Amino acid sequence: MSLVSRGFHRRSSTTTTDRLPPGQYDVGDHFPVLSAGPTPRTPPTAWDFSVRGVVDAPRTWTSEEFRQLPREAISVDIHCVTKWSKFGTRWEGVAVDTLLADVGTQGAHLQAFSDGGYTTNLQLQDVTNGRAWVVDTYDGAPLAPEHGGPARLLVPHLYFWKSAKWVRGLELTRANEPGFWETFGYHDRGDPWLEQRYSGD
Amino acid sequence: MSDPTEERDRRLDGNAAAGVLAEVMTMDPTTAMLTCAHCHSRTALGAHLVYADAPAMVLRCPGCMQVVMRCASDDSGRRLEMTGVQLLSAPPVG
Repeated sequence: MSLVSRGFHRRSSTTTTDRLPPGQYDVGDHFPVLSAGPTPRTPPTAWDFSVRGVVDAPRTWTSEEFRQLPREAISVDIHCVTKWSKFGTRWEGVAVDTLLADVGTQGAHLQAFSDGGYTTNLQLQDVTNGRAWVVDTYDGAPLAPEHGGPARLLVPHLYFWKSAKWVRGLELTRANEPGFWETFGYHDRGDPWLEQRYSGD
Repeated sequence: MSDPTEERDRRLDGNAAAGVLAEVMTMDPTTAMLTCAHCHSRTALGAHLVYADAPAMVLRCPGCMQVVMRCASDDSGRRLEMTGVQLLSAPPVG
């Protein structure tokens, strides 16, 4: 980029650069859809959400029960391992803290599982203390199936493959159990600021 | 080299498989037939369904839609996962 055009950038360009993890680019208004399989079409009324595995009290919320849970609005930057980032995405949903509040667990790990068979593993500490949500609304409208509707996980501080689309629940585990992309050489944790794309990064 | 068998006259080390593996792994993929480990249907590679815009290529069985293979070749290396393939076969060399 030339020095001339740099002068025409808005003051916010510095901020934008600060918000862009290494190796990423700003995708702007576009919202790419990356898919490893056919888009599940679970009707929102048939959707439910479960917490199971190494828990004292497994729970399942029907879609109606889920809608009654305390909701939060989230505005965050998201970062895909395929190198696009999108700033200021707006979502609404339920904090994972809320979903795990009453189940009790001895596990330090979990796998999110989805319609269509997708899984991804996470450390419990990466989805608690206000760091992750199950969201059913994007930009003020019900979450579209191609973006993971009826609901997806949102873990914005990790690469977006951790934010499982079409999520149906969390399975708490004692040991770390790598999920769909993690078993294919992708990084176990996926911190975009550390550029943890592949195993060994 | 570890040898749990104590039958040293019965087997070779892994290098002995390299020649056959090189022939198998350089097969023309378009001639390959895959038997799905999930539904056991036997289908030409070209008839599979490929989802190419994910972080890696994902091949699904046209019969049962399960994942049969994932493959990638990029700056980080070459990777092939085929736990969903029961058998990969192709015509003889030459």
